[in-house]
Amino acid sequence: MSPALIAALPFLGAAMPSILIRTGRTNAAAVSALFTGLALLGLLLNLPTVMAGGVVETKIDWLPWLGLNVNFWIDGLGMLFATLILGIGLLIILYARFYLSNKDPVGQFYTYLLLFQGAMVGIVLSDNILLLLIFWELTSLSSFLLIGYWKHLPAGRQGARMALTVTGLGGLSMIAGMLILGNIAGSYDISEILQHKDAIQASPYYIPALLLILGGAFTKSAQFPFHFWLPHAMAAPTPVSAYLHSATMVKAGLFLMARMWPVLSGTPEWFYIVASVGLITMLIAAKIAIFKHDMKALLAFSTVSHLGLITFMLGLGTEAGALAAVFHIINHATFKAALFMSAGIVDHEAGTRDLTRISGLRKLMPITFVIATIAALSMAGIPFFNGFLSKEMMLEAAAHTKWLDNSWLIPVLATIAALFSATYAFRFISHGFFGPPPEDLPKTPHDPPFGMWISPAFLAFLVIAIGLFPMAVAGGYVQMATNAVVGGGYHMHELKIWHGVTPALIMSAIAVTGGIALLVAHRPFQRLWDATPRPEAKVMFDWVVTKVQSLAAWITQGLHTGAMARYLMLFTITAVGVGLYAFMSGTLGPQTRALTPVNGAAVTSWLLLLTATMCIVAFHHNRILALVLIGIVGLTVSISFIFLSAPDLALTQISVEIVTTVLMLLALNFLPKITSIESSRMKIGFDVGLSVAAGVAVSGLIYALLTRDFAFPTMSGYMLDNSYNLAGGDNVVNVILVDFRGYDTFGEITVLGIAALVIFALTEALLQGASSRKLIAWRPDVPRGGDKHPLMLLIVTRVMMPIALVVGLYIFLRGHNEPGGGFIAGLVVAIALVTQYMASGFAWTQARQKVYYHVLIASGVLVAGITGAGAFFNDMPFLTSDFGYVKLPGLDKFELATAAGFDLGVFLGVVGSVMLALGGLSRLARRAAMGEEGGEEGAHIAAEKPEARVLAPLSAGPYPPEAKVPRRWWKTARAAREATQNERDTVHENKKTNGGDH
Amino acid sequence: MEVLVASAIGVLTAAGIYMILRLRTFPVVVGMSLLSYAVNVFLFATGRLVINQPPILRDGVTSYTDPIPQALVLTAIVISFGMTAVVVMLALGAFIEAGNDRIDLEEEEDGQ
Repeated sequence: MSPALIAALPFLGAAMPSILIRTGRTNAAAVSALFTGLALLGLLLNLPTVMAGGVVETKIDWLPWLGLNVNFWIDGLGMLFATLILGIGLLIILYARFYLSNKDPVGQFYTYLLLFQGAMVGIVLSDNILLLLIFWELTSLSSFLLIGYWKHLPAGRQGARMALTVTGLGGLSMIAGMLILGNIAGSYDISEILQHKDAIQASPYYIPALLLILGGAFTKSAQFPFHFWLPHAMAAPTPVSAYLHSATMVKAGLFLMARMWPVLSGTPEWFYIVASVGLITMLIAAKIAIFKHDMKALLAFSTVSHLGLITFMLGLGTEAGALAAVFHIINHATFKAALFMSAGIVDHEAGTRDLTRISGLRKLMPITFVIATIAALSMAGIPFFNGFLSKEMMLEAAAHTKWLDNSWLIPVLATIAALFSATYAFRFISHGFFGPPPEDLPKTPHDPPFGMWISPAFLAFLVIAIGLFPMAVAGGYVQMATNAVVGGGYHMHELKIWHGVTPALIMSAIAVTGGIALLVAHRPFQRLWDATPRPEAKVMFDWVVTKVQSLAAWITQGLHTGAMARYLMLFTITAVGVGLYAFMSGTLGPQTRALTPVNGAAVTSWLLLLTATMCIVAFHHNRILALVLIGIVGLTVSISFIFLSAPDLALTQISVEIVTTVLMLLALNFLPKITSIESSRMKIGFDVGLSVAAGVAVSGLIYALLTRDFAFPTMSGYMLDNSYNLAGGDNVVNVILVDFRGYDTFGEITVLGIAALVIFALTEALLQGASSRKLIAWRPDVPRGGDKHPLMLLIVTRVMMPIALVVGLYIFLRGHNEPGGGFIAGLVVAIALVTQYMASGFAWTQARQKVYYHVLIASGVLVAGITGAGAFFNDMPFLTSDFGYVKLPGLDKFELATAAGFDLGVFLGVVGSVMLALGGLSRLARRAAMGEEGGEEGAHIAAEKPEARVLAPLSAGPYPPEAKVPRRWWKTARAAREATQNERDTVHENKKTNGGDH
Repeated sequence: MEVLVASAIGVLTAAGIYMILRLRTFPVVVGMSLLSYAVNVFLFATGRLVINQPPILRDGVTSYTDPIPQALVLTAIVISFGMTAVVVMLALGAFIEAGNDRIDLEEEEDGQ
């Protein structure tokens, strides 16, 4: 099976348990096991190839120009780890089926577990460091879900957060290191990087890369001083601990060091950092483990200690060290997973796992006792169990290692660590399973069902099998993986139990005897330990987190004060400052364009624009006046567009001007009509200074631009040359919009539609609750004209309506070849509609408005999209247009272009958006008018909803309730009328009871 | 002509910035409209100023003005309407909810 598929299988299966959990825990577990088993089977099919020294690869180019390829490979190291991950995963799935109770969300558990498993398999099979990084982060995230699985436990949540913070930060550090490494090697493929040992170690970036990568590895593998997160992660359910802390998560850091071993190791820096950290971790964690009463905490620290051992071995940089590391990875995974599962069984069956409360379980739980004892003896390093073999190798290697020319330091420390290790392993057994029968336990302990003990039993069997016949059971795997770690060409000596009386054997004997002695003298030591004050990692971690949080809050609150004028001021100052810097540090080329001559009309417009703008600034306190003045500015700009050869822009600007003015007037209906002077003279002076500076800067920039030619030929030449040939249109601006740059326009009408929907949502929110009552209570602050709907205006707009629509159609149709097009036609039609609303009233118009504006927006986007997708039938990319000429009898030859369909979408989108936006404001005005006219008129708040729309005629004044209702709404109409009647009654009652409160 | 356009853009920018630095919503909306004019004309002018050569293809005519800035600005004008509408609606909502049209969240709130 291909490596990519093996890595993908757990992900593919991840959704299944959550779905199948409805049919029971067993099915959820079975489907998880099925996918895991398939992946394992697929992996093992490749075993012969890999054993023979081969590599199985899948290469998929993903983003080759970034060096990001989905390359998977199975080499010896990947094979070893993937087997452990999937094999132990299978056992954990079985175990968890019996461990988790019916009340736990078991489906989620298996989903998380499979996600995590997939991420782990991904790490070990990746042949690309960028890909590896993605999986690395995925393990951090999915382990967060697993550790925090019992969401109701605060310890679980805190432990999960701590694990995520530490491993996540480590992951960031590793990303940086890996990128450096990839840059040195010139490739991000691991198999390629591994070929560049000399270049990497000679590079000046070797040390930074090494430190950063080790930052990732040490945090993940809980090495000193980052070891503190692992014990807190023990708040997870035991199957999670057994999986994450025996075979997977924490081994990822070791895997990384082993993976990069061929290129990073062998230098003094590697030795002194990695070996020292490993040794310190091994020693300190073993010492702490002795004094832990919680079985899982003891195992957690022992895990940290054993990880330290493996790190220490990798840090030696020798082949013997690599061999010991690989062998101990296998052995530790087997005995530690068995021990965690045993601790889980004790917890599950006895209700506690506190070593001071339980004792004498030997008689009550014989099977568990046997399993735990086998695993613990292996952990202690007793002969005939697998832990002995690799611990011997470690001691043997330590015996020959010097630290700064000191030949006794390392062997002594290693022996002490082994001694502590033996002590806590013995303590686990003697305090838990020996001694008098337990009293006062929450439950009466007994052996668990078969399904729960078979997994650890199988592992215990492996412990003995490897311990007795190392070469036959594990030899092939060890040779294969060690060969991969050291980069090939490795031939292992036979793994055997008896090497004669070696220094390692003597150290081992000292460790075991010393361990027993220390256990006997445990009580006084425990008292001493309890009495000594120690730094508490969690307290320190929480302190740092709190400080960082308050720092972040301080920065945010300092910058984000809610004073928008200040943000804008700072922004302007920065922009002007940066511009000034660019101007001062750059050079200005010579002027290459002659000035265009000026005529009287231009000067007049200029004077008009300047005067209007200045007047806005001077008289903006009178808001209506400001609105009139801004209209002048807009019109002048439109005229300038015509003058400067931009007829399309002029048409657009002038139509937008009208709808904007209507919009602002609708808003001013509510807003105060006067702005009072609030700023101090100093602020006004400063603002004037700043604005003038910005104005001068922009002015200078555009003047410089206008008086110089383009530095490079622009795309415009292409557009002008091909507008007719390729798109069949003479109006190049329109062709660019609907054809050459159709994608932009497509996005733009979508954005416009979204803006309109946002306005609709805001309106809906304002029409409810407190703001609705405020609206009803609102009274106009300026006197109203007497005639609400002047007859002249009413007649003129109604007569004009069909004409305006025809003009809109004309502008739309000619758009491809003459100034016009969908945007402008849409605006023209929207204006025609808006005038109806203004002249005849919202309710009257809305009742005759047969198309829902939301539908217009949606159909606009859809029509544009479908037209664009039509290009697929032509085997062309999205939005490629086509055109042809058609001759109909009685007509001249005319052109048909698919771009017209696209432009229709633009047209519909623009009409819908403008109308929906203005409609929102009108609806607010209607609600306010409801209060003004007395509650009777409440029903005419015609919403943009069909059923609400038909209410409008009920109270639309001169128009009788029988006014025509679109036929398809007639059913809802009756229901709605009844509903309104009820609603009106309620409104009345509300008004009576609490109308005066607001 | 270039002087006129450049100075007009400058004046529009200055007025727009002055207005957006005010403390009430309406002047800010007006300021944004002015800034929109300034930015739209600025973008349009990057195609350089050309008189009487609209980018509408005609037989026998060889020189046209730059159509690309025009296409950009055309959509920009429409989008800026959408943006103005959203901002106006937000301003209105804030006014109705809070009872005043200040834009700053400062101590004036006095805990109402």
